[in-house]
Amino acid sequence: MTVSMTDAIGRIAPGSSIAMGLALEHAIPFAAGHELIRQGIDDLTLIGPISDLLFDQLVGAGVVSSIRAAWVGNVSAGTGYRFREAAESGSINVENHSNFSIGLALQAAAMGVPYLPTRSLLGSDIFAENDRFLEQEDPFSGDRLALVPAIEPDWAIVHVQRASPAGDAHLWGNTGITEPAVGAADNVIVVAEEVVDESVIKRDPSRVVIARDQVDLVVECPYGAHPSPVAGHYNRDNAYYLEYHGATRTQEDYDAWAETWIHGVDDRTAYRELIDESALSITQETIAPEVRYGQ
Amino acid sequence: MASKEYTDRELMVSAAAAEIDDGDTAFVGMRLPLIAFQVAVSTHAPDALAVYESGVIRDSPADGFIHTMCDLPNLNNAVSTTGMLDIMSRLQRGDIDVGFLGGAEIDRYGNLNTTLVEAGNREIRLPGSGGACDIACMANRTVLLMAHEPRRFVESAHYVTSPGYARDGTGRDDHPAPGGGPSALVTSKATFGFDNTGELYVRTLHPGVELDAIADDFPWDLQTAADLGGTVGQTPVPTDEELSLIRTFDPDGFWTGE
Repeated sequence: MTVSMTDAIGRIAPGSSIAMGLALEHAIPFAAGHELIRQGIDDLTLIGPISDLLFDQLVGAGVVSSIRAAWVGNVSAGTGYRFREAAESGSINVENHSNFSIGLALQAAAMGVPYLPTRSLLGSDIFAENDRFLEQEDPFSGDRLALVPAIEPDWAIVHVQRASPAGDAHLWGNTGITEPAVGAADNVIVVAEEVVDESVIKRDPSRVVIARDQVDLVVECPYGAHPSPVAGHYNRDNAYYLEYHGATRTQEDYDAWAETWIHGVDDRTAYRELIDESALSITQETIAPEVRYGQ
Repeated sequence: MASKEYTDRELMVSAAAAEIDDGDTAFVGMRLPLIAFQVAVSTHAPDALAVYESGVIRDSPADGFIHTMCDLPNLNNAVSTTGMLDIMSRLQRGDIDVGFLGGAEIDRYGNLNTTLVEAGNREIRLPGSGGACDIACMANRTVLLMAHEPRRFVESAHYVTSPGYARDGTGRDDHPAPGGGPSALVTSKATFGFDNTGELYVRTLHPGVELDAIADDFPWDLQTAADLGGTVGQTPVPTDEELSLIRTFDPDGFWTGE
């Protein structure tokens, strides 16, 4: 089940829907996104809560048809210019969500139910403009509720600290809507900072966020979430986000940027030559107390 | 006259921090609120708790500058790092005392737009809601922060990303959103409250700001605390302690500089 990034991404068909960036600004699978661009897998529907840059990069590469998300941009700088231009010109279709509504849509799919009700959305134009959201009176209390229909992505791509070759994965730090998305997706790719022996995972089963029955492919890719942070591994590369903002105001500028950062490298190993990892290393280590199981 | 010893955004952070009461659970999003919570919990609200939609829960400042709620200093020594549905479930239950929101556009009744604004005859696409719509709908009260620019104040928001109060003056009485609605707006020139009908009014002016000068920024007849039987006060300037904290949490002034 452990394959190369090239192999894993090559299994995604054009026209697929993919959930990514599920832990919000944490552990975003940038390496997988860049490989999608290199392979030119297009006509994609991207699904996520907020997207801190990755969706903007995929839009700039011209491989996106639709986005179903709560926020797309650059959390350090605000605007994602490639997303903004594409949304304004109508070259991509955007379904606006709130963070909770996209989480509930995935949770509904993960639970095998057609929708979940919420007290959010009502009174907003996110609700008013979208025929897929319905208002219904709660038959028990009479309260007004919004119904959020399930979303089942074709793929979810998740970055984790470590996984076994079988696909059992330890993920720590905040997880956003990782669990609902993994449960909802037809196919799941786990990208791990390191692939470890199954015994390492089994010694701490409470830290397993994704189990093997949910996973199709495992890819080992150290630094695969850069420039986003990964708890215990590396900090967010804040300068990268600011530089990207300044370097991608026009499509021509984006193309030049992508030539260096995406097309100019064959894989993540080559990409790592472009960045100063020492500036991002953990300087203040926190080691959790020992966790004991046993019998 | 000597130049003032703080920036507009430092004053906004101080004013936003003052909106967090001790013991509150505060829903903190992007930008200035990231700093404001850290100031509040370091000063008058030591028992406040912050929740972030990423799944982070904190009871203390981050030991290092943060661009985002997921920067590792915000995860390190957190109370909990969990998932979004855990956080949003607290919000939906009505357990979040105060939530912070920004906006590109605000209307007379506190409805916020962060999705799509009009500029001349074109529409400009903005990043969208994130968790803002959820916070606006379901927090017990919300505090809104934005730069004081006339184009941001509109009679009717072009797109309601985050609902405020009903535009017919009925507040939240018949509004489908269950939360309490906006309690304060903090701009770079003044702080505002919302009256019983949900309409914005001037509460305090920042030092050096005249009421007449800001009234023209609004395309409606702006009301003030004086119209409601009170007085328009002056926004307290940041204390030395607050400024020291802000400059510790944001040492290069990335969020709070000029």
